[in-house]
Amino acid sequence: MALERVPSDIRAQGGVARMSDPAMIEEIMAAVTIPVMAKSRIGHFAEARILESIGVDYIDESEVLTPADDNYHVDKTQFEVPFVCGCRDLGEALRRIGEGASMLRTKGEPGTGDIIEAVRHMQKVNQQIRQISNEKPENLMAIARDLRAPYELVKEVHDKKKLPVVNFAAGGVSTPADASLMMNLGADGIFVGSGIFKSENPEKFAKAIVAATAHPTDYHLIAEVSKNLGNPMKGIDVATLSDQEKMAPRGME
Amino acid sequence: MIIGILALQGAVSEHQIALEKLAVASKLVLKTTDLQGLDGLIIPGGESTAIKKLMVRENLLEPLKQMVAQGFPVFGTCAGLVLLSQTDSLNGLNGEVVRNGFGRQKDSFEESLTVTGFDTPFMGIFIRAPYLSSVEDGVQVLAKTDDNRIVAASKQNVLVTAFHPELTADTRFHELFIHDFVGQK
Repeated sequence: MALERVPSDIRAQGGVARMSDPAMIEEIMAAVTIPVMAKSRIGHFAEARILESIGVDYIDESEVLTPADDNYHVDKTQFEVPFVCGCRDLGEALRRIGEGASMLRTKGEPGTGDIIEAVRHMQKVNQQIRQISNEKPENLMAIARDLRAPYELVKEVHDKKKLPVVNFAAGGVSTPADASLMMNLGADGIFVGSGIFKSENPEKFAKAIVAATAHPTDYHLIAEVSKNLGNPMKGIDVATLSDQEKMAPRGME
Repeated sequence: MIIGILALQGAVSEHQIALEKLAVASKLVLKTTDLQGLDGLIIPGGESTAIKKLMVRENLLEPLKQMVAQGFPVFGTCAGLVLLSQTDSLNGLNGEVVRNGFGRQKDSFEESLTVTGFDTPFMGIFIRAPYLSSVEDGVQVLAKTDDNRIVAASKQNVLVTAFHPELTADTRFHELFIHDFVGQK
């Protein structure tokens, strides 16, 4: 992820958070051979077009940045570049897929280092998938109505018993154990920003979190990589945040 | 018969599903001991740098490299092709590999390919795909793109594709691996 400030800095500094400087993103793209993702504001299709034009590999239409549109997300079907979007429940997940998102992630509560919101969102989505999977086919239209989600996608989840796209864990992951927790709750992968860069030893934390993500049930290994890492990011207990301070509710519709 | 799937990162479940369709048992390979008792191994698509780093970390790279050199059947797709072709990775196929050879994510594409030994074309799904710019003697080229880049090849115990057969419903490459590579080891 090419980002000038990690979410915890955005949170601390306040102000309007926007797409990063394209020059910085290009510099990162030139420096690495792995795929590079960059963030656009929710609904800011011009930022998304700019990111697509410089060739980023994926766009995260992200609530970490200040939303540009409180009604419409970007129509992602019109883009060649794939998008990832945040979700807190299945309805939100399927609306984003309906708009053309290729990947999902939990919203969690970015920049807090508190895993509880990411856990809530992952549990919620998977619980709703289990419920729909066991539902009678003739009830799916009413479920789609209640979820405010496209019927065809509700039917697909019912038939396949899973989301049609991958779902990553994001927003509050800050230790190898957090990564293992989220993978075991059904995440397809992990996004970590502040959790690495606000830790005492970012490089060690990054390596340890990668190892825990690749081996989420190998607790001996996770214990080994968790030893002597230094302090994780200090973090903020989400329960102490006011509603205005939370990023996850942004772009709910 | 048990086929391993290297499961450190990448398109693991898609290969599992393809093997299930063929009624072939599979086992996820995450650490060195998982390599025991396998009849063959699939190295999936994903991010080759990430997979390689994880293989080094798990002490999987060297043992697997030796197994490949001794004739252990392996099938690499996309990142798997990269790892099998790089001399400092698994060194299983003598060829020059170009990583991300077709460009970035948005340059990903699908192309219908004529494959040696297949009666009808195979739909290749190329995602940030590599290709082989040249291969040495002993390597059989199985498919090229319209612009003449090598995207499927084999050598004795090694089968590679630059594209992702596991993302299609077409299991012919998996069948080829099971019958002609694992079957004849």
